[in-house]
Amino acid sequence: MWLFFHKLGSPKHFYQLAGRMIPWFAWACALLMIAGLIGGLVLAPPDYQQGDSFRIMYLHVPSAWMSLFIYVTMAVSSAIALIWKMKMADIIAACSAPIGASFTFLALVSGSLWGKPMWGTYWVWDARLTSELILLFLYLGYMGLLVAIEDRRNAARAGAVLALVGVVNVPIIHYSVQWWNTLHQGPTVTKFGQPSIAASMLIPLLLMGLAFTLFYMTMVLIRARTAVLTQERRSQWVRELIEHHE
Amino acid sequence: MTRRQRRMVLVLVLIGGVGIAAALTLEAFRNNLLYFISPSEVVAGKAPPGRAFRLGGMVEKGSVKRAKGSLKVQFVLTDFAHSVPVVYSGILPDLFREGQGVVTSGHMGPHGVFVATEVLAKHDAKYMPPEVADALKQAKRTTTSQVGAKP
Repeated sequence: MWLFFHKLGSPKHFYQLAGRMIPWFAWACALLMIAGLIGGLVLAPPDYQQGDSFRIMYLHVPSAWMSLFIYVTMAVSSAIALIWKMKMADIIAACSAPIGASFTFLALVSGSLWGKPMWGTYWVWDARLTSELILLFLYLGYMGLLVAIEDRRNAARAGAVLALVGVVNVPIIHYSVQWWNTLHQGPTVTKFGQPSIAASMLIPLLLMGLAFTLFYMTMVLIRARTAVLTQERRSQWVRELIEHHE
Repeated sequence: MTRRQRRMVLVLVLIGGVGIAAALTLEAFRNNLLYFISPSEVVAGKAPPGRAFRLGGMVEKGSVKRAKGSLKVQFVLTDFAHSVPVVYSGILPDLFREGQGVVTSGHMGPHGVFVATEVLAKHDAKYMPPEVADALKQAKRTTTSQVGAKP
């Protein structure tokens, strides 16, 4: 276990391991996404109240899940980077941020498009929507901070602290619909006991969630591999790799 | 304590501190974070007098009255303990129907009537096919009629 952890921490081993993992993740993601889309957009029945409009859920809900999941991943990597001084953890955190920001944006936009026909408005300042918007600003602030500080190690440290401070927003987003009156409805899937959604609608949703997670993993590994090559461009193994290619 | 352990403690203190600060702030702003208040709170006199606020509740069954030839509509909002009559003039969202949760914004008018300037529908967290919803309704009806049939 510790050996694996240390190997993962070494840029060279990470580069090789990630290169082998990417095709698997990408193919699994593609298959699950096709299954989820067919299940959600074709096979699932229309909702008893919302008709076919509810199908935007298959984009909105996994995006919102990913926006939180990626932020937590970023915060955990940042903590590892701060405590164990692991270079790879900084790279993973930095490479995750733009993907997380994209998912947050997607969740906000798809939610807005869903809100207009159902609630009667594109946007309200209720606790759920506002805290999700703050999450987008946290992602953007993190990305801005990394670019603004020139020294790479200082930038990584400042970014890690910001990512850890911002993690307090994650439980607020998740529980906002239970703590306060909001226009956004309460949880459907993560409720205690039975989820209040028919199985024929739930299964495609879970498939989409899994597909989005694999999409994130594929993307972050591709981005991290590029970042590793750029950062280690002066090291022996990268030079050998490039010569080998020529 | 090694340096690594010290950093670990620092990270934990950072997260803990920010968490406590956030909890205290949210507690202080508790009432401002409520998106709407309920009919019971209005009846208890918690509504801000003379100021606009949002009122949320369930549209009471059989209470919706539409005026002919205009967009004026009248209904009663309830939280099953208390209820407040509402008047509104405008287009209602698709999901507006009796027995459905809505959030209205406006102010208290004369005679305890809430004058709404906006009505938003709040949809529940249930998703099911229409046949299942029908079947559930059917089942409920038969059980209630059976209960009602008993002497």
